[in-house]
Amino acid sequence: MRHNINSDIALTHIITRKRQTLVAALGVTLGVGVYLFMNSLTSGFSSFSRDEMFKNSAHIKIYKDDELSQPLVPSAGSGHITVIVNPQVTTLSKKIINPEQLLSTIKQQPFVVNAISQVSFDAFYNRGKAQISGDCSGVNILDYDAMFKTSKYIVGGSLNRLQGNLNGIIIGSGIAEKLNLGIDDNITVTSSYNVVKVMKIVGIFTTGSSLTDNAKSYMNISTAQQFIKEGPSYVSNIFINIPDPNKSEEYAASLQQLTPYKVEDWKTTNADVLASGKTRDVLMSSIAMSILVVAAFGIYNILSSTIAQKINDIAILKATGFAGRDVIRIFLMEALIMGLIGTLIGLIIGAVLIEIMSNIYMGGPVGYFPIRFEPALFAKSFGLGVFITLCAGYFPARKAARVDPVEIFRK
Amino acid sequence: MEKREVILSTRSLGKYFYDPIKFKVLDNISFNAYKGEFLTLVGKSGSGKSTLLYCLSTMDTSYEGELFIGQERVTGKKVNELAALRNRSIGFIFQFHYLLPEFSCLKNVMIPALKLGKYSYKEVEERAYSKLDVLGIRDQALKPAAKLSGGQQQRVAIARALINDPAIIMCDEPTGNLDSRNTRIVFDIFKQIAHEFGQTIIAVTHDNDFAEASDRTIELADGKIISHDKNFDTYL
Ligand SMILES: Nc1ncnc2c1ncn2[C@@H]1O[C@H](COP(=O)(O)OP(=O)(O)OP(=O)(O)O)[C@@H](O)[C@H]1O
Ligand SMILES: [Mg+2]
Repeated sequence: MRHNINSDIALTHIITRKRQTLVAALGVTLGVGVYLFMNSLTSGFSSFSRDEMFKNSAHIKIYKDDELSQPLVPSAGSGHITVIVNPQVTTLSKKIINPEQLLSTIKQQPFVVNAISQVSFDAFYNRGKAQISGDCSGVNILDYDAMFKTSKYIVGGSLNRLQGNLNGIIIGSGIAEKLNLGIDDNITVTSSYNVVKVMKIVGIFTTGSSLTDNAKSYMNISTAQQFIKEGPSYVSNIFINIPDPNKSEEYAASLQQLTPYKVEDWKTTNADVLASGKTRDVLMSSIAMSILVVAAFGIYNILSSTIAQKINDIAILKATGFAGRDVIRIFLMEALIMGLIGTLIGLIIGAVLIEIMSNIYMGGPVGYFPIRFEPALFAKSFGLGVFITLCAGYFPARKAARVDPVEIFRK
Repeated sequence: MEKREVILSTRSLGKYFYDPIKFKVLDNISFNAYKGEFLTLVGKSGSGKSTLLYCLSTMDTSYEGELFIGQERVTGKKVNELAALRNRSIGFIFQFHYLLPEFSCLKNVMIPALKLGKYSYKEVEERAYSKLDVLGIRDQALKPAAKLSGGQQQRVAIARALINDPAIIMCDEPTGNLDSRNTRIVFDIFKQIAHEFGQTIIAVTHDNDFAEASDRTIELADGKIISHDKNFDTYL
């Protein structure tokens, strides 16, 4: 291997100036460590809250939206606009017509991972005089489980017992507790259409979210249709899962081509939650980023002072035949070494912080703090740490490359 | 006398300084330097000797006229080409020895050769040892450069200037900081380099004895050559 004199010189500078190297590296360590940690925090939390969302809502849902009354006669020619003063919602029913066919068309789309239909209605759970209001979903429970992993939350009974059991119901643990009911007990369910049925509890679930646990129940589709006095062709929602939830807008758009009903992706449904999440992410990233930038200034400073002190050496090197680009390489290499040392230690520190954080129990539905080792974030922090030190090193290095040896020797 | 090979020549070299006022620091400098010649540049302080040397060295490129090194026209070349040319063909020795303080003497000598990349690391090391040997400081090779006496440091600097066997060695007051004993040593080495190894030496000096004993002396005054000395004619 040919000896590289540039890296030789850079290494010697680094080694003979251990203290400065360490100070510069520690700046980067701090920056990279905090960057990695904070991004892991936000990323862990985002994916946690997204998982929470996907517990009950699919990537994309199709439903019949309310429509406003439209003029029967279109505006005749320009200059005239036909308007309805005080238009009304004209939706008579929320029903999707011919849902079977729509569902099978959707399932034929190559990108659709899973699609199910659901009949939902507002329900009242009664036992004696006690009453709880909530909502009930009529679903094919096994298909539903495939999409929402409901079986994970079952604490009593089983999903299978609902299959084909038109009288069965699975309720949230909050309902069970309040009404003091257990598996195989009877529960009276009333709908707003005044249909009353006594159902048998075949399963109880706990998701950890009291909102769900205190209100939600599942039954078969046909039973739900009876509760709202509708026939077997009535469906209130179609839920669709896609391979990559991040691209839900595109998939929603192409599904919208297939149906006149409203196709809504989860981002639209959860826009408010996502927006506040995004605000939090941006906030955290900018704090982490500014710490990195400060670290970069450390490198810039130390390299600048190295160069100021070594200006005679630089002049000598240039006099003996080192070109400007060699000088740039020497000092960039120094920045890179400082940056690499700092970045690697920073990654270790970040990892330790993540490990500690992931062992902190938050309680409630969250459990342990939702933070994980994400290789992509490690790679990103590494890349950013190195990139930022190279940028910080480039400017002093370029200044060094422009040193005019004649000017130095005249002094 | 037979015609000798020209190693460096200038054609009407001129240079201005603009700060604080415009003035001509070098004026119509034309001369040849020959292979194996020990040439000295003398003149009063401020006469432009250093300025001329920097132009000859290719480090200063803002002059008018032309400069040739070997058969090559150097004027107008790009800075990177000039850097490579210096590395290959020109050795420098300064009044202040300017060694790189965090490297050993040996490494200081080796650096220009490692940059040149013509020899392997081992070979470069051997060559550096033999140069230090010529200068009588082989035993100091592994000491940090900063731990040597002034005379020793200057000899390391000379070894460094010699490492790539450059055709030309340029010095700006190489003995300006040395006592008479060390001046003597340096002088003898220069003589040896020029006459035994056939390399050309162009040295700026204030030391009259030093100039007197060199092969030829060019005297500057106000940026002009006012005399090619005694031996000048023998080269024509
Ligand atoms: N960077 C500069 N800007 C303006 N004028 C300069 C600059 N460098 C040198 N000079 C002037 O140019 C003239 C020649 O300077 P130079 O250093 O070449 O003289 P010298 O012969 O080497 O003198 P000395 O024997 O004292 O070293 C002097 O008058 C000096 O003041
Ligand atoms: Mg001078």
